Amino acid sequence: MLCQNCGKNEATTHLKQIINGDMAESHLCSDCASHLGYSDMFSGFGLNLSELFGSLLGDTMPSLASGSAPRCPKCGTAFSDIVRDGKVGCAECYRTFYDKLLPSIQRIHGKIKHSGKTSHSAPAEVKVETKEEKVEKLKAQMNEAVAKQEFEQAAKIRDEIKALEEGGEN
Amino acid sequence: MSKWYIEKGDQGDVVLSTRIRLARNLDEFPFPAKLDVAGKNRVNSLVKSALFENDSKDFSYIEMKDLSRKQAVSLAERHLISPEFAAKKDGSALMLSGDEGVSIMLCEEDHIRLQVMKAGLALEEAFDIADKLDSLLDSRLSYAFDERIGYLTACPTNLGTAMRASVMLHLPALTRCGQISRLANTVSKLGLTIRGAYGEGSRSSGDIYQISNQITLGITEETAIANLKSIVLQLVGQERAAAAKMVRNAADEDKIFRAYGILKNARLLSTEEFMELASLVRLGAARGILDVNIEKINELIVNMQPATVSAANENADSAAARDAVRAAAVREALAD
Repeated sequence: MLCQNCGKNEATTHLKQIINGDMAESHLCSDCASHLGYSDMFSGFGLNLSELFGSLLGDTMPSLASGSAPRCPKCGTAFSDIVRDGKVGCAECYRTFYDKLLPSIQRIHGKIKHSGKTSHSAPAEVKVETKEEKVEKLKAQMNEAVAKQEFEQAAKIRDEIKALEEGGEN
Repeated sequence: MSKWYIEKGDQGDVVLSTRIRLARNLDEFPFPAKLDVAGKNRVNSLVKSALFENDSKDFSYIEMKDLSRKQAVSLAERHLISPEFAAKKDGSALMLSGDEGVSIMLCEEDHIRLQVMKAGLALEEAFDIADKLDSLLDSRLSYAFDERIGYLTACPTNLGTAMRASVMLHLPALTRCGQISRLANTVSKLGLTIRGAYGEGSRSSGDIYQISNQITLGITEETAIANLKSIVLQLVGQERAAAAKMVRNAADEDKIFRAYGILKNARLLSTEEFMELASLVRLGAARGILDVNIEKINELIVNMQPATVSAANENADSAAARDAVRAAAVREALAD
């Protein structure tokens, strides 16, 4: 079908308008459609994921109509704003609303535990040392002390190692 | 400098290009939607100086407010920025490498959207470049990160790795045998999405599609890339088989040669008509039945988009003028 406006190009934009109960159809090519103000390249770009996310949140959280909802201390976003926009305001929002957001995050991704690259701004992992690792470290310290001829210190460390090896857990 | 998108890369008969996009935010600032222009400018200058500190990479820094609408849309048509970003003005900026292979959108939906693009199928290589740049920025900036849910992003659909890997595919034969919706169904079950790369609606203009990973939380970058790659290779195989069958069919072969004839002779070419015909010619070139350089077609597909034509030609502002300029450029490119 050719464009009803220019009659030259294939009509790719099909419009149905209902004005006062009467339906009018028009078929336009994209150039004419944009000329007539019917298409904007910034609208309708695929699926709007954030709106989808907002509606997911809406489903899970039916009971947030209460008046004094808590707000994010940093950017002032309320949880209801996140539900409406599908967008989170700042990093602090995730901390503030973590528990409320988690069910929806799980619905989107299926999982709730990150795996992959870690930013250096992540807090350093608290490493739990095994007994062997502790002994290993102490032995290195002891040898160092011996090398510096700090025998008193070395003897102290030796006792520590002995206690560890005999005593099991500490 | 030759642009990345003109070359023919690995699997180049079917795969046009590969893109890796990482989303990052700075911990101390609200996300762009909640940030005023002064705040955005602060973010932009922090990222800019972090990148330029000791890196000699030839990045240009472009404030979006300094671009005309057609210049901005042209960047989106070349997939260097998102369509949403093309509409941004004050407080948004773009850093672009000389070969346009790396683009960093500042204050799009997130503070940092780092994109690396490569010709053909090159997921690992593109990721490697993105990863190194990201680590460089990470060492100088304080990212918003949570060890439970990964990189924090304005939209929770990007949490986790915040990495979107996409591959642009030319699937004329699969489109013509009506396989795309079946494929879209299948890949969605595998955590991937496929959609038209140009134009709107379900039928992609030029039979060019973009397939990308959907899930970003709980899956490592490497696994997501490996999944995507294996699906892409399967699609490439299916397209090749369907295309081989198609070009043996006299009616389809005729269509390909007619398309070539029109492109070489037309005086007016709309974007839609051009994309339709270019797709057929590219198919003929990829299957070796037309003696046309496939890189030339790739270049035309990028450069003949409406805003790119207008941005490159002063007197191509109206659609009619543009169609004439486009037809002339195509004739010239395909002249023997």
